[in-house]
Amino acid sequence: MRTLRRFLLCAAALLLCTGMLSGCHGSQGMADFAVPEQLDENRKFEITFWAKNDTNKTQTKIYEKAITDFEQLYPNIHITIRLYTDYGKIYNDVITNIATNTTPNVCITYPDHIATYLTGANTVVPLEGLFADEKYGLGGTEVKFDAPKTEEIAPQFLKECAFAEHYYAIPYMRSTEACYVNQTYVEKLGFTMPEVITWDFMFEVAEAAMAKDAEGNFAVNGQKVMIPIIYKSTDNMMIQMLKQKGAGYSDSDGNILIFNDTTKELLYQIAEHGKTGAFSTFKISSYPANFLNAGQCIFAIDSTAGATWMGSDAPLSDIAEDKIVKFDTAVRPVPQFDPSDMKMISQGPSICVFNKRDPQEVLASWLFAQYLLTNEVQIAYSETEGYVPVTTKAQMTPEYQEYLAMKGSDNTDHYQVKIEASELLLNHLDETFVTPVFNGSTSLRDAAGQMIENVTKSVRRKETVDDAYMEDLFGSVTSLYHLDQIRSASSANELGELPAASKTLLITLVVLWVLMGSYYFLQYRRSKKV
Amino acid sequence: MKKTFYSALAFTLLLAGCSGGGSKPASSAAAGPDTEKGSGVMTYEQYMAADVDSEVVIEAYVQAKQSWWDNTVTVYAQDNDGGYFIYGMKCSEEDNGKLTEGQKIKVKGYKSIWSGEVEVVDGEFELEEGKWVAPAKDVTAALGTDALVDSQNLKVAFKGMKVEPSKDADGNEVAWTYKWDGSGSEGDDLYFNVSVNGNTYSFTVESYLCDANSDTYKAVKELKVGDVVDLEGFLYWYEGPNPHITSVKAAQ
Repeated sequence: MRTLRRFLLCAAALLLCTGMLSGCHGSQGMADFAVPEQLDENRKFEITFWAKNDTNKTQTKIYEKAITDFEQLYPNIHITIRLYTDYGKIYNDVITNIATNTTPNVCITYPDHIATYLTGANTVVPLEGLFADEKYGLGGTEVKFDAPKTEEIAPQFLKECAFAEHYYAIPYMRSTEACYVNQTYVEKLGFTMPEVITWDFMFEVAEAAMAKDAEGNFAVNGQKVMIPIIYKSTDNMMIQMLKQKGAGYSDSDGNILIFNDTTKELLYQIAEHGKTGAFSTFKISSYPANFLNAGQCIFAIDSTAGATWMGSDAPLSDIAEDKIVKFDTAVRPVPQFDPSDMKMISQGPSICVFNKRDPQEVLASWLFAQYLLTNEVQIAYSETEGYVPVTTKAQMTPEYQEYLAMKGSDNTDHYQVKIEASELLLNHLDETFVTPVFNGSTSLRDAAGQMIENVTKSVRRKETVDDAYMEDLFGSVTSLYHLDQIRSASSANELGELPAASKTLLITLVVLWVLMGSYYFLQYRRSKKV
Repeated sequence: MKKTFYSALAFTLLLAGCSGGGSKPASSAAAGPDTEKGSGVMTYEQYMAADVDSEVVIEAYVQAKQSWWDNTVTVYAQDNDGGYFIYGMKCSEEDNGKLTEGQKIKVKGYKSIWSGEVEVVDGEFELEEGKWVAPAKDVTAALGTDALVDSQNLKVAFKGMKVEPSKDADGNEVAWTYKWDGSGSEGDDLYFNVSVNGNTYSFTVESYLCDANSDTYKAVKELKVGDVVDLEGFLYWYEGPNPHITSVKAAQ
């Protein structure tokens, strides 16, 4: 598990470097993809599929079964899977392979990452043409399986895959963040669990939980350790807080808006609770689930895709059985500033199709990508964690509805916390959001989390966090994540006049072409006269 | 191209202590470890007593290191009194080459505890005069006891350990798995179970310490259920003992 911590940090660093390098690739680009009239079933196609699993062997098996089933339908298409457990590593490998035109055919990825892949010309296939193709499009007449039609993909999720004026991906799975709460301790501290937790409520309970008894143990759990709030992904924390506050983060033109007074205000609030020990993060303390299950955390905030690790009866656990404490787990949306205007992040993997010189190969890739949207794959994969199928077609099946209805009937397939986590997203689809996607949006996300990490570490180390500190922090993350080098669309339009040297070069080129044209024209005239 | 890219990012794995199948004898180093600390440097006892998140200054000898990346390196170090895990220490690629086995260093950083692992984080180091390679301490008898934690981060040995079955992704009994649940693939951490005195423990080959090309990684993949082996490694902690194995040999 420690490797993951290390890898997350490593991946973040690689993202930084590769993001900066991506503009330098020498890929010559490929022609626009045009949907072939017919799939050539007399040819063999070797398709590579780079996928991600959550260190979950069931997910691996689902991918393998999907491949086997697909190959039975299309015996001329052979799929080779390469498994990753981290999106950052996939991103890094894709970037590396763009230059040599050795990208995979199909890849599980995030829209933020695709925005960088797009720096290579025609690297990623825009999918709207394929969606609509009568024969091979979503639910097309020549498709050999029961694929969803475009309107059967949840519109919120499909919209997340549209950027730079195209659909560059299809959603694969969706999750959000949840606040997994030790309700037993909340009530023991004299509070009543609300349906929607506010940040103020959470911080108030957390500070109350810091009280100790005469022996120096925390009164609420009788242990030496209590970190009432642990946030796994501090980038999401900052992004959601800013969104709820209506404050700036970025816009779709790539303008960086995060360095504002609201951000400062939020960091001061976080610092206040970091200082008392009421708030910590995964990077500083470890996995929220480990502390929650040991009765050493009250509010564990993590992805709904991590729900199988949360709670006394969680099917997965990294801590010894004798350390697990019995308590009631409540699954709530991430804390809100205004419960009447909820906002929570939508996240989860999407699928992109890479362009190749052979349109037939791209079509074969697309068919496999589309196969991953079938009910069989969608339902099976979503049930491995607190994911939600991305198609309404799958969501509405009796099979999936029965799965939801069996919530809590066992602590494995129908583990209560896991299904409640899925329901959390299903019940709040209209309150989800995503951040704007542009080349550099990944770096901005990392910077957002880093500011929370830095502030928390600093107050724990008894450093002064004041306005001067904030200015330094803004400057250091800007520099570390190269946020000052992100070229926004608006700034690209504001480059002003070309330099004189460039003008001279362009004029010279034009003159040379005119002279060459005149020369060949005169030669032609002469030859005619002869 | 891919190889060049990794190289440029210095993401290639630099291994220490994994290729030779065990540590060198203590006599190969110049002398024993210094027992006196420099000015302003904590003793091991003071370090262990220091508050979490407080600034710490230690002196110790590098015993092994994980792969260098992004100007940081993670080091297993030891002095005469105890072991140190120095996580993500600032280090240029050039300086990384100087962090050879046995090299004495002074590290200034912050004390942290991550899932039970006591470590120095956000550290910076200076090279100091001195070399010492620690012998592996036999902690076989301490397995399963509260006393084991006293050897946290030390180079340790486990003698006469019997390989017990693990479950792979298909539920089959195997001698080792990629990742803890068998969901990984070549290059991922290896996990295997070993027993002594009727109790079974889970050990790890940490891929950032011993990658797939290392003798240790290969040796673990050759294990069969029922083999009896002597093991060496570093007593890392993750919610309990989680040794990072660096040497596997048939039991003597």
